[in-house]
Amino acid sequence: MDSIVSLTGLWPDTAVMLAAPPWEDPSLFAQLIISGIASGSLFAILALAIVLIYRSTNILNFAQGEMAMFTTFMAWTFMTRMDFWPAFFVALLVAAAMGGALERLVLRPVEDGPPLNSVIVTLGLFTIFNGLALWIWGPLPKGFGPFSVFKGSAICASDVCIGRLSLGTLIVALIVMLALYLLFQRTGLGLAMRATAQNRLASQLVGIPVNNMLTLGWALSATVGAVAGVLVAQSVSLTTGTLFVILLYAFAAAVLGGLDSSIGAVVGGLSIGVLKNLSAVYVPPEVGSVDVAMAFLVIVLVLMVRPAGLFGRPAARRV
Amino acid sequence: MLSLRNVHAAYGSVLALRGISLEAPEGGIISVLGANGAGKSSTLRAISGLLRPSEGTIEFDGKPIDKMRPEKIVQMGISHVPEGRQIFTELTVMENLRLGAYTRRDGDAVKRDIDRIFSYFPVLGERAKQQALLLSGGEQQMLAIGRALMAKPRLLLLDEPSLGLAPILVREIFSIIKTISEEEKLTILLVEQDASLALSIADYGYVLESGTVVLEDTAEQLRGNESVRRSYLGY
Repeated sequence: MDSIVSLTGLWPDTAVMLAAPPWEDPSLFAQLIISGIASGSLFAILALAIVLIYRSTNILNFAQGEMAMFTTFMAWTFMTRMDFWPAFFVALLVAAAMGGALERLVLRPVEDGPPLNSVIVTLGLFTIFNGLALWIWGPLPKGFGPFSVFKGSAICASDVCIGRLSLGTLIVALIVMLALYLLFQRTGLGLAMRATAQNRLASQLVGIPVNNMLTLGWALSATVGAVAGVLVAQSVSLTTGTLFVILLYAFAAAVLGGLDSSIGAVVGGLSIGVLKNLSAVYVPPEVGSVDVAMAFLVIVLVLMVRPAGLFGRPAARRV
Repeated sequence: MLSLRNVHAAYGSVLALRGISLEAPEGGIISVLGANGAGKSSTLRAISGLLRPSEGTIEFDGKPIDKMRPEKIVQMGISHVPEGRQIFTELTVMENLRLGAYTRRDGDAVKRDIDRIFSYFPVLGERAKQQALLLSGGEQQMLAIGRALMAKPRLLLLDEPSLGLAPILVREIFSIIKTISEEEKLTILLVEQDASLALSIADYGYVLESGTVVLEDTAEQLRGNESVRRSYLGY
């Protein structure tokens, strides 16, 4: 698949090699779907992180990707000193603390103000994290290759294969989704967090410490984002810009699924992953690179046709 | 049990309460009457901690609660059924009731109490697994009251339970309120536009005007009072 993409990218106006259509090469098609789901699960996790915050605080966190990038750099530093999994979990803990602290100290003052205030604050956080990471870790890419636990040859069934990394990513993503599902649907704490997201006044009146729930929401979101960051860095070397592109896809996924729906984030993420893969191969190269443009196209189309997304609540609510 | 002394409170620069003083002894229903904007809802909001008084004191069982956060006040034994019900519309009836018991740590008793709420409001039991959004207005009001009762309060603040409901439903809900106050030995502070309705189940009443108490008496006396009749009872 890689070779096809690069060929078409390199010689756009010579006799280009266009991928055979799905009915002529079904195994290529199946392969694209499978690897699309694997990369889509990354978009899904980051989209979940965005949805977690949006639902509970109505803040669209533009710094989500940069926070994940920052914690991934920290994970890298930890991994130079300890094994993969311990370093991974320490990084998640640090991410949680960072997310919670950000809500308490930075977002709290603007939460009840006009939406523009919080937009500016998260954009500010974006630049701050980006600058800090550049200052601390420098511009050179950091590779996770030496630490990776997802090694080994691909697993194949007939001529469709899935790499160890893709498989690992998929498994970790599934664990994250399952854990979030259990937390929100099966525990009292999760119920309280859902209640807070829905009606703060009523939550106060039944005795939920609303402020703590908001802090917890940010901590959880930053943790989920950090998982996405570390997984992304397994396949591309980490720079301060790495997570930005992923964030675009995650935003497209969240908008497609509906910004306030967790299921939507997952379905949106997987769809975008598959769509991205398919468009990279099947869109005629004369059109140019549609990769990132596709993300924006999805955002624009969804906002035009169905602004609430596939699973979101319509904006007009019964009061 | 509850006593407010000279309570002042404001929303920004708009004064809502200008020196409310009010006593609610244990047991019985105390009604708070008054026109729109007289400060009825604000009084309840000040008691439950949603509105911070700028002056004056609020005591519950002799302890000052006017600087406590809402969740602490719930734990003290005061539940507030706010104006407009404010149920969790996207959660099920059952989840709403479970959230009502959020401050409690006695899981088994919570299950029994949910059954008790269902015995007061059988329709809630029938629709336990439904999204609260799908309930009718009257059922939503029942759910709001049921949710508040789940916290095992000793004082229940009820804000306009009749709002937007058909008269026949209102009478049903009021009779259940009366039953609950007797069976649960609950003190109820009832804010209500419909004065004749409120005074029909209340033991005592306060009349508010522009953020302060202008009249207080037993419900019976208020029903006979000339100015109350003219201003609030309409005959």
